[in-house]
Amino acid sequence: MSTVKLTVNGKAVAVDVEDRTLLVQLLREHLNLTGTHVGCDTSQCGACVVHVDGKAVKSCTMLAGQADGASVTTIEGIAKGDELHPMQAAFRDNHGLQCGYCTPGMIMSAIDIVHRHGGELDETTVRHELEGNICRCTGYHNIVKAVLDAAGRMKVSQAAE
Amino acid sequence: MYQTIYHRASSVDEAVSLFAKSTEAKFLAGGQTLLPVMKQRLASPSDVIDLGKIKELQGVELLGDVLTIKAGTTYFDIMQNADVKKAIPAIAYLTSMLGDPAVRYRGTIGGSIANNDPAADYPAALLALGATVKTNKRSIAAEDFFQGLFTTALEDGEIITAVSFPVPAKAGYEKMRHPASRFALTAVFVAQTKSGEIRVAATGASESGVMRVPAIEAALKANWSPSAIDSVSISASNLLADIHGTAEYRANLIKVMAQRAVAAAG
Repeated sequence: MSTVKLTVNGKAVAVDVEDRTLLVQLLREHLNLTGTHVGCDTSQCGACVVHVDGKAVKSCTMLAGQADGASVTTIEGIAKGDELHPMQAAFRDNHGLQCGYCTPGMIMSAIDIVHRHGGELDETTVRHELEGNICRCTGYHNIVKAVLDAAGRMKVSQAAE
Repeated sequence: MYQTIYHRASSVDEAVSLFAKSTEAKFLAGGQTLLPVMKQRLASPSDVIDLGKIKELQGVELLGDVLTIKAGTTYFDIMQNADVKKAIPAIAYLTSMLGDPAVRYRGTIGGSIANNDPAADYPAALLALGATVKTNKRSIAAEDFFQGLFTTALEDGEIITAVSFPVPAKAGYEKMRHPASRFALTAVFVAQTKSGEIRVAATGASESGVMRVPAIEAALKANWSPSAIDSVSISASNLLADIHGTAEYRANLIKVMAQRAVAAAG
């Protein structure tokens, strides 16, 4: 057992876990943050993507101990109160989900994509960048539309801040 | 995953001493292979020693005609690095096609070559460019470092600290990606050194892991152009065969990827 200290969605937490605990287990089973999903558990599907120190990574492929001292943001941490994050709003408006299982990972990856590419996003780039996130319902079409829509909204909201 | 004990090392020396004190330890770099393998219970180290926060293992240096990438540098940092893009753009390109964005944030060059997956990308770059692997004990030429499937010259407790690449006159890399894993179904790295030597390495093709391709090297020595490879014949014996492709298919892919890599190298 070790005590892992980290910041999750802006809140400092200290969690006693077995050393073999994965970051996604710490989030789901110890902090009850079940918005982050486990799809494949083999680093393929991206349902478990969270931000660790601002980078979108697969939380099923990181030990909790590796996140000691880090700042983690999950799907639960991106809305401002009742106001959805622009990426969440764009997924809703563009019907970017059906069953919703992949959606938390999609949204966390998509926010990272927009942060890295800014206004230079096009459809080809979005499709290429979403390679690590698998959706079995939508055929990706509306997901890609949502990401492009959100890229525009995020630019506007950044400019407004 | 079986029980294990996690340690975070703050220096290479500390990592080495932690390893010596453990019964059956493994070093953890980016963890993008080791952790999945531990989850499948194909590996069950008594201890994992995390190298991810060791500062001396981070960064890229370009000194004259030698590009040195420290072992703990992530794929993301390599593909973004200005010196890599300037000195050996083929390495930046190779890295940008490796895994997916989330994997590229965590995976490291040292971890990739220590694992020596027969379909990994970096081994082809190291072998074609005549790179040198630096460890905490010695320097090892790429030729001697890669020793077959998942096998390297590394001894127990030895840590890769950096990889040094001589800057080539020309270099190119192309791969046929497996559509799900992004691993190379077959990929080829071609290089023309500044002294005029031609070196070609293929990954994802051979049953013994990364390999040089002498027939293509000879053809390119006579004429550095994609069409020079047209008449080369590659034997399918000892090539990998699985549900994704036959040995004959991979033999042909070696030619086609080499042609595309030469075209990309210019």
